[in-house]
Amino acid sequence: MDFKFSDEQIMIRDTAEAFLAEVSTSAAVRAAMVTERGYDPDLWARICTEMYWPAIHIPEQYGGLGLGYVELVATLEQMGRRLLCAPFFASVCLAGNALLVAGNDAQKGAWLPRLVAGSSATLAFAGPQGGSDAAAVSVTCEQVGGRYRLNGVSRYVLDGHTAEWLVVAARAPGSAGNSGVSLLVLEANTEGVSRQWLPTMDQTRKQAQISFDDVWLDADALLGVEGESASALETVLDLARVALAADQVGGAQQSLDMTVDYLQERVQFGRSIASYQAVKHKCADMMVKVEAGRSALYYAACIADEALAGSAQSSQLAEAASIAKGYCSDAYFFNAGCGIQLFGGVGFTAEYDIQLYFKRAKSTETFLGNGDYHRQRLARQLLDEETI
Amino acid sequence: MKLSFSKQDEQFRAEVAAWLQANLCGEYETIRWRGGPGDEHMYVEERKAWERKLHEGGWTCIGWPEAHGGRGASIEQQVIFNEEYARAGGPGRIGHIGETLAGPTIIAFGSDQQQQRFLPGILRGEEFWCQGYSEPSAGSDLANVKTRASFDSDTQQWKISGQKVWTSLAHESQYCFVIARTDPDSVGHKGLGFFLLAMDQAGVDVRPIEQLTGTSEFNEVFFDEARCGANDIVGLPGDGWKVAMGLLGFERGVSTLGQQMLFQNELNEIVALAKRNGAARDPALRARIADAHMGLRIMRYNSMRMLSGGVDDGALQKSAMIYKLYWASWHRNLGKLAMDVLGDESEILEAAPYQLGRLQSMYLFTRSDTIYGGTNQIQRNIIAERALGMPREPRG
Repeated sequence: MDFKFSDEQIMIRDTAEAFLAEVSTSAAVRAAMVTERGYDPDLWARICTEMYWPAIHIPEQYGGLGLGYVELVATLEQMGRRLLCAPFFASVCLAGNALLVAGNDAQKGAWLPRLVAGSSATLAFAGPQGGSDAAAVSVTCEQVGGRYRLNGVSRYVLDGHTAEWLVVAARAPGSAGNSGVSLLVLEANTEGVSRQWLPTMDQTRKQAQISFDDVWLDADALLGVEGESASALETVLDLARVALAADQVGGAQQSLDMTVDYLQERVQFGRSIASYQAVKHKCADMMVKVEAGRSALYYAACIADEALAGSAQSSQLAEAASIAKGYCSDAYFFNAGCGIQLFGGVGFTAEYDIQLYFKRAKSTETFLGNGDYHRQRLARQLLDEETI
Repeated sequence: MKLSFSKQDEQFRAEVAAWLQANLCGEYETIRWRGGPGDEHMYVEERKAWERKLHEGGWTCIGWPEAHGGRGASIEQQVIFNEEYARAGGPGRIGHIGETLAGPTIIAFGSDQQQQRFLPGILRGEEFWCQGYSEPSAGSDLANVKTRASFDSDTQQWKISGQKVWTSLAHESQYCFVIARTDPDSVGHKGLGFFLLAMDQAGVDVRPIEQLTGTSEFNEVFFDEARCGANDIVGLPGDGWKVAMGLLGFERGVSTLGQQMLFQNELNEIVALAKRNGAARDPALRARIADAHMGLRIMRYNSMRMLSGGVDDGALQKSAMIYKLYWASWHRNLGKLAMDVLGDESEILEAAPYQLGRLQSMYLFTRSDTIYGGTNQIQRNIIAERALGMPREPRG
């Protein structure tokens, strides 16, 4: 039993922590988040060419570092702590994982080296009705003479307005649910693709709507088997859920730490308000949430590694991902919400950063399924003996 | 970061499982799954016989050093033993206070003479122990001990007078370890002694406490000039607090996975019940059952981290401090969930006058989980003060 970071993993985490403390300061986050692009291109370049973060879990044959999901998660946790504004999650954890899960060797060889070099990408899967699984797919894909034609609208696409290339989930016309789903990869500037930035409540994570209007793609754009990629999509989303849970653990930890620091300084009735039990007990509950969330996250990261190596079943990944994403969604929201309450009046101001965590908590909670969604998903596995 | 146990540990697991399968049967079949929390008063003689059986197989005190008759088993192996024991439906261990608390304390702090006198009885499953810590005015505030010990130079014995409470298995035990005040002018954690006291004597009176479950697992124990030999104090008069705190450090989380196996059995029973009675179709209950499942899985991952993390400056790592608050709260919620899944049937007893079903008993008993061993409120203080570094409340 060795369920803890190795020395190398600790070094990776500490390096990320130190780098982000320097570059993803409150001022830097606030400067990036008010732009439409949503990130600082110079910082993104440093992340890719100095830190090699997009390369972490990409196999060496595609230019990656060949490390695992645990290393990736350790880094993402630190990004969450510092509210990093960057197209990292969308590029690596959505588009990158889609190539890893569904792409053939030629496709991986064509797209993954670009990812490692800092080209940004994303996954468009949900239609205008939203949703967190294959049933949400609404863009249609028709095969016409060996080529594919896409039509429809995808919404809630993370960094969709800035990504250089896209993975799109689309379905056969008239299909529903898990049937008829295909995954395709394309350049964002392909003819017929139009993209619109959607202003968001959490300004640190950008979203867009993408319209596909008779977009024609060659046969090599198809990842996997036409119409049979729902389970691959689900695996990609599960891997992304584990990654998002890492962001949430980092944010939940920082919400707690910032709150405790503030409470120690604030004096009322002649003593530090951190000495009042009503306040301390709330902080203790916050620590329980973040530590339990961290346990769920690290376990899920280990299962994600096994899933990518082909040694874990997709149902194991689904369960671990739902436990991590479901619990960490609630934990981050709880901690950031308690944080605002415990900061008191200043917690409601724009000046203090706790509000930024509160907003990111909600956006990460909603995206890819909140606690309620994942409890329902687990209930199906547990009570209906369905595979999820 | 690895999820699996080593090959040697898995071999050990197979050995434990095989022994239990071969021995926990026949005359012991009736005590499988019995005698756990909420059921500790049941099948006492059979469970005492089972302790001797365990000893025959070499399965008592496996964590003790080999020099004292143990196996010197690693933390992992102790975890595995507890997990397999629970998986096999091993009965609640009457010997656990001697094995996990009294014995390790005597090994760490006791004299050679005390070790020779007390350890073999624990090891053989023949002598049982209870714990004399809590008092009516010393619950969470354990240092507020009022029981007194005075040395009688005529008889060369200690005389102990006072009252202990919440003493489980007191009526089944030959010995009790008692914290008592050796310096009558002292307060708080100073001036205490740690005594090894024989229960079978005139000065000891055990009175069961009837619980809200209608059963009695805990007792009050009254000492009226109870006698304790001059050699039966661990350390010196005044060392009692140090010894008592050392004892708390022996709980290293080895029982956690075994405890979770019992929880898993309870949850499985609730899931099976929900499928049978239709509760599994109720959306609100479905979400709560899934939440319980999620919480139990995370409890296991918490333990794995705790056990892998080892010790940090001699104390359990900070993240381990959440463990008691987490499991106690989870289990209390499970009790309520069990009743809500039972629905109308939750009110109907198995028999008069007050015979509870398993889930009913579990539901009521879980109300003690968030109280004993440090209440949820005390746990939150510990987390806030020791893990988060927040200041202590000014004390009265």
